[in-house]
Amino acid sequence: MLVFLVRRLAETLLVLVVVALVAFVLFRFVGDPINQMVGQDVGIIERDRLRQSLGLDDSLPVQLARFLWNALHFDFGVSYQFKQPVAGLIAARFPATFELAAAAALFAIAIGIPVGIYTGIHRHTLLSRWLLSVTLVGISLPPFLIGILLIYVFAVSLHWLPSYGRGETVALGFWRTGLLTGSGLRALVLPAVTLGLFQLTLIARLVRSEMLEVLRADFIRFARARGLSDRAIYFGHALKNTLVPVMTIIGLQIGSIIAFSIITETVFQWPGMGLLFITSVQNADIPVMAAYLLLVALIFVSINLVVDLLYAAIDPRIRDAVRGPV
Amino acid sequence: MPVRSTFFAVLIILASAFAPAHAATFRHAFQGDLKSLDPYTLNETFALAMLGNVYEGLTRRDADLKIVPGLATGWEMLEPTRWRFHLRRGVKFAGGEDFTADDVLFSLDRVHQPESQIRTRVPADAKVEKIDDYTVDFVLARPYPDLIGEWDTWYIMSRRWAEANGALKVQPPTGGGLNAFALKANGTGPYVIVSHEPGVRTTYKRNSGWWGWAEAPGNIDEVVFTTIKQDATRVAALLSGEVDMIEPVPVQDMQRVADSGTTKMLTGPELRTIHLYFDQKRDELKYASVKGRNPFKDQRVRQAFYQAIDIEAIKAKVMRGMSVPSALLITPLLFARAGEFKRYPYDPQAARRLLAEAGYPDGFELTMHCPNDRYVNDEPICLAVTSMLAKIGVKVTLQAMPKAIFFDRAGPSGGYDTSFGILGWTPSGFDSLNVLLNITGCRDDKGLGGPFNYGGYCNPKADELTAKIQVETDPVKRNEMIYTYFKMVHDDAGFIPLHQQVLSWGVSNKIELVQRADDVLLYHWIRKSD
Repeated sequence: MLVFLVRRLAETLLVLVVVALVAFVLFRFVGDPINQMVGQDVGIIERDRLRQSLGLDDSLPVQLARFLWNALHFDFGVSYQFKQPVAGLIAARFPATFELAAAAALFAIAIGIPVGIYTGIHRHTLLSRWLLSVTLVGISLPPFLIGILLIYVFAVSLHWLPSYGRGETVALGFWRTGLLTGSGLRALVLPAVTLGLFQLTLIARLVRSEMLEVLRADFIRFARARGLSDRAIYFGHALKNTLVPVMTIIGLQIGSIIAFSIITETVFQWPGMGLLFITSVQNADIPVMAAYLLLVALIFVSINLVVDLLYAAIDPRIRDAVRGPV
Repeated sequence: MPVRSTFFAVLIILASAFAPAHAATFRHAFQGDLKSLDPYTLNETFALAMLGNVYEGLTRRDADLKIVPGLATGWEMLEPTRWRFHLRRGVKFAGGEDFTADDVLFSLDRVHQPESQIRTRVPADAKVEKIDDYTVDFVLARPYPDLIGEWDTWYIMSRRWAEANGALKVQPPTGGGLNAFALKANGTGPYVIVSHEPGVRTTYKRNSGWWGWAEAPGNIDEVVFTTIKQDATRVAALLSGEVDMIEPVPVQDMQRVADSGTTKMLTGPELRTIHLYFDQKRDELKYASVKGRNPFKDQRVRQAFYQAIDIEAIKAKVMRGMSVPSALLITPLLFARAGEFKRYPYDPQAARRLLAEAGYPDGFELTMHCPNDRYVNDEPICLAVTSMLAKIGVKVTLQAMPKAIFFDRAGPSGGYDTSFGILGWTPSGFDSLNVLLNITGCRDDKGLGGPFNYGGYCNPKADELTAKIQVETDPVKRNEMIYTYFKMVHDDAGFIPLHQQVLSWGVSNKIELVQRADDVLLYHWIRKSD
């Protein structure tokens, strides 16, 4: 187990270094940060001086070395556009993204699993077909479009929910939460639905097909032959056996919810990390981009690591493989 | 389903419980972020306008952009190189400090620091002499007829507050050395900033002690400013009544905002002029099929391009009527004699003839570079231009790119690496001289002389005139020289001016406000009714 952990940690580090390298290469193509930083009237000499003070005219290897060295210290400098330390900016934006991702995941699980079970058991009812078609929408329409549609229905036409922002927030130490105020909860609904719809569809369809698979298995037939109740068969035996792959997928999807929240955050002006990242790309704000990419990479690899460990804990076959030959 | 109806019931209860109740709160949404609160860090119209609600200069500009007294109640030119300013008495900064001549001395010193981005507001060789606590003299090395042209956005800051808060130095644009002004504001103006979350929300409260309230029509107690980047979301927030004013409204949504019944469109010509430039500096174009020579060095080719552009079609089809075609690189709002210029008429036949005379009867191939997120419909304009040029036989390939990349490549930092492109310019200081110094003046390869002269247009005779315009104090003579200058540029067909964009603000029907042509919104002019 320890060997497995150490090996995975080493791989994690490698992934982070590769992401840092790729990020650095990409930053060669985002444009001139100086131009975004100063007004139109600032002269050439002044621009050159700024470029020098940021070290942008050093040679590539020097810049790369400095970037990696600072990244190792988690020192991402000061945002070019907001003139604030990047660590502080991201820390201020992280709660918004996290709450949105958590709400979206909760929404997807709480509705996706029951829909999957129902459509798995009652394959031919009208409601099943209807549910399947509706969830198809979730997977075929881009979140951008869904977000705009929801805004026009629930904010502009019905006036039920706000179209943008996070509402009132309450500070709990460094964590600004929107979950404790009415306007914060209302503001969460549309973005969470938009972000979670894709995952909901995925989970529902996965649960359904796993259910169908399991219900055909021999042990279910024997259970029926023994005269167990439907309830016991479906929920006691079938569901339990479908959940292992479903849990894996959900775990992996949490990473993508955080990463894909960029689009949802932009549509709803949700003040999270994704929105910050988009603004940074447009303004060639390299320090923020670097920190965001590394943070997302870190989240992804950590989740993968946790999922692998859980998997090993749940499935004896994998556990044995991890332990190695006895 | 019971669960579902309970859910909606809860939502409705929450909705009614938390509906906004304040009548005199103005909610303002803009597409960009308010980036720094240090008024000397960023020379950007929007940031300076937002800070203009908090800070004041010695002068202000009124609704028609006329210069009026601000923190100075009056001024006179004692001699061409000595200006006397009488300062307003009894003014306090938000932090409680009295405003005196010392603050003007401090602000001049601070604005000239190397990190300041608005150094050009005051000539570098200007000195200020304190006569008494409420009188200062500005002593200049040479006459500057336009000395106070940009002083409405040279904001006066408190020396005592800066000393107490460690903000003596300007916040560097690179972000190093954070100071108190980057996140806090302390001015003398009609509002104070009570909270500022960069990129999220900024709130203002009325400063009831402001000296100007007696003449200001506004009734707003609180302002909540938010950034909403997405066009569709911004429009939705206005239509749903969550915000009172948005800028800009994208052209495709203007009709909807005008027809909604609860909102209206406010439009007016903007100060920025969009133009096309040609690379006239290189001996061979980098991105064209013609080798060994540069067709754009020939006036006939430039005029042919000019006459190939159907500006009315661009206005009607691309801009949906929301543009003002221009024959000059400056708007008539800023140059009184602009009306005397006429565009070269749209005439593809004549354009073909000119091209043939210049030796390109079959045209040539060319790449055009454009930003796609900078100006209103920038990429569609460029697309229209390529198809119009195709009609005279010039085959143009369009490369559209984000502004950060475009300006890096097409500007001095990328070595002016384009052959044909689009650029917009707002003359700061509201004066033609700014266009001459930035857009049309001869430049070297580094950009000295005319940094935004992306095509490297150069007419040495015109350049001689620039030096004279800079020191001429008689406005009529000065305008005559500017006219002559622009006439030369026009005869050269050195650029293809296209149009001025139109300001497009979407405003709730409850709101009355002043739309200034420089795209500045000042909160003390806003009235909100129930």
